[in-house]
Amino acid sequence: MLSKRIIPCLDVRAGKLTKGVKFQGNIDIGDPVEAARAYYEQGADEIVFYDITASAEGRSIMIEVVRRVAETIFIPFSVGGGIRTVEDMRQVIMAGAEKISVNTEAVLNPVVIAEGARAFGSQCIVLGMDVKKCSKSSETPSGYEMVIHGGRTATGRDALAWAREAERLGAGEICLNSIDADGTQNGYEIDLTNLISSHVGIPVIASGGAGRPEHLLDVLTRGEADAALVASMVHYRTHTIAEIKAFLHGHGVKTRIYW
Amino acid sequence: MIGIVDYQAGNLTSVARALEFLRQPCLITNDPQILDDASHIIFPGVGAAGAAMANLRKSGLDLHLRKWVQRGKPVLGICLGTQVIFDYSEEDDTTCLGIVPGLVRRFPADLQIDGRRVKIPHMGWNRVVFQQDHPVFAGLPEAAEFYFVHAFYPAPAEEGWAAGWTDYGIRFCSAVARGNLVAVQFHPEKSGRPGLAILANFCRWGGIHAQ
Repeated sequence: MLSKRIIPCLDVRAGKLTKGVKFQGNIDIGDPVEAARAYYEQGADEIVFYDITASAEGRSIMIEVVRRVAETIFIPFSVGGGIRTVEDMRQVIMAGAEKISVNTEAVLNPVVIAEGARAFGSQCIVLGMDVKKCSKSSETPSGYEMVIHGGRTATGRDALAWAREAERLGAGEICLNSIDADGTQNGYEIDLTNLISSHVGIPVIASGGAGRPEHLLDVLTRGEADAALVASMVHYRTHTIAEIKAFLHGHGVKTRIYW
Repeated sequence: MIGIVDYQAGNLTSVARALEFLRQPCLITNDPQILDDASHIIFPGVGAAGAAMANLRKSGLDLHLRKWVQRGKPVLGICLGTQVIFDYSEEDDTTCLGIVPGLVRRFPADLQIDGRRVKIPHMGWNRVVFQQDHPVFAGLPEAAEFYFVHAFYPAPAEEGWAAGWTDYGIRFCSAVARGNLVAVQFHPEKSGRPGLAILANFCRWGGIHAQ
């Protein structure tokens, strides 16, 4: 049986982490490669990089980061942020990432999912979704809508309908971020995660709101997520990946315990 | 030198990076003469069986792969590379290399574990119960897990080919071994320490004649 995956998320700007990762002795790591190595050694099952650099120059710096990460860690990792075309995807994949994620770019131009899946296979294409609760309407029957541009622009597009559409277009996985829960550290949005995960046939990574190991237990069981994204709770060393896994294991959730 | 067979089936650099980390000289190439001189052959691949077989036939590498296996060069198949060494794949209705008797089948759409629908592709970390006492799989702890990503699985015609089994709604063959050939459905190059251990074991292995 598959293990539930614990995935640290690292935000990168111009080749540096935007928030430092505290390592042993509370040393701040600003280098994404070193942070990736630290998480790899602590038992992360996968790593997500999100490049928040907008410029073309920033992009080539990110490609170099990807190349160095690929020489350093031997687990899968994905890269998202500003990937608009198959050529953008190719650069990141050839530099060594297993997966690329598309978010705003895919909402604005859904065909990029199909083109990416055709070029590299569905397993390479992660759909990032930023989702906000809204009132149920004929446009948004699920009561959740897609937001884009890092959460700034509401689209009025139904989140569940979009998830299914993206699956049909060839997305191999969904990284589902709740804008409402993001940054609160009060727990993932369980209802949203369950709704999406139980209505698609591809794996769902829950994102937004993780603060305590109990939150991961909840989203991986009641939320039916296949994986959980963690950020602040591990970056600031409030918790470690190993400790979270031990907690989940103790509560009957299968995780990878040997690494 | 370890030869990595390039047949335009996805990005093969991950395997090369893992070997470089292990300080094993390696080369990604589609040149049969260079591969002839390699001590070991790794046959990786990600993508679809139909396109992969078409590329192998066009380049003539299909014949060379059979030759290398027959002549005693250690060969390691990975993921799609493992699937196309069977007789046939349900993916794209593809006649494959026929080095291992058996089929490659699609996971059934209605698979369930504990009453819940199982997601396809099988993507993530899972265990492998190794059945053969094989040098390439030596020294792995029982709790070791490996990274999988696939929607089709190998089904050897004879159980004797199977070296390892994995559970995902059904029990499927995740590793095969016979003679100089070893092949795995998972990605050792992306499976952390136990995966690197398999690659290191393979590079040290002299094949069946050296045993």
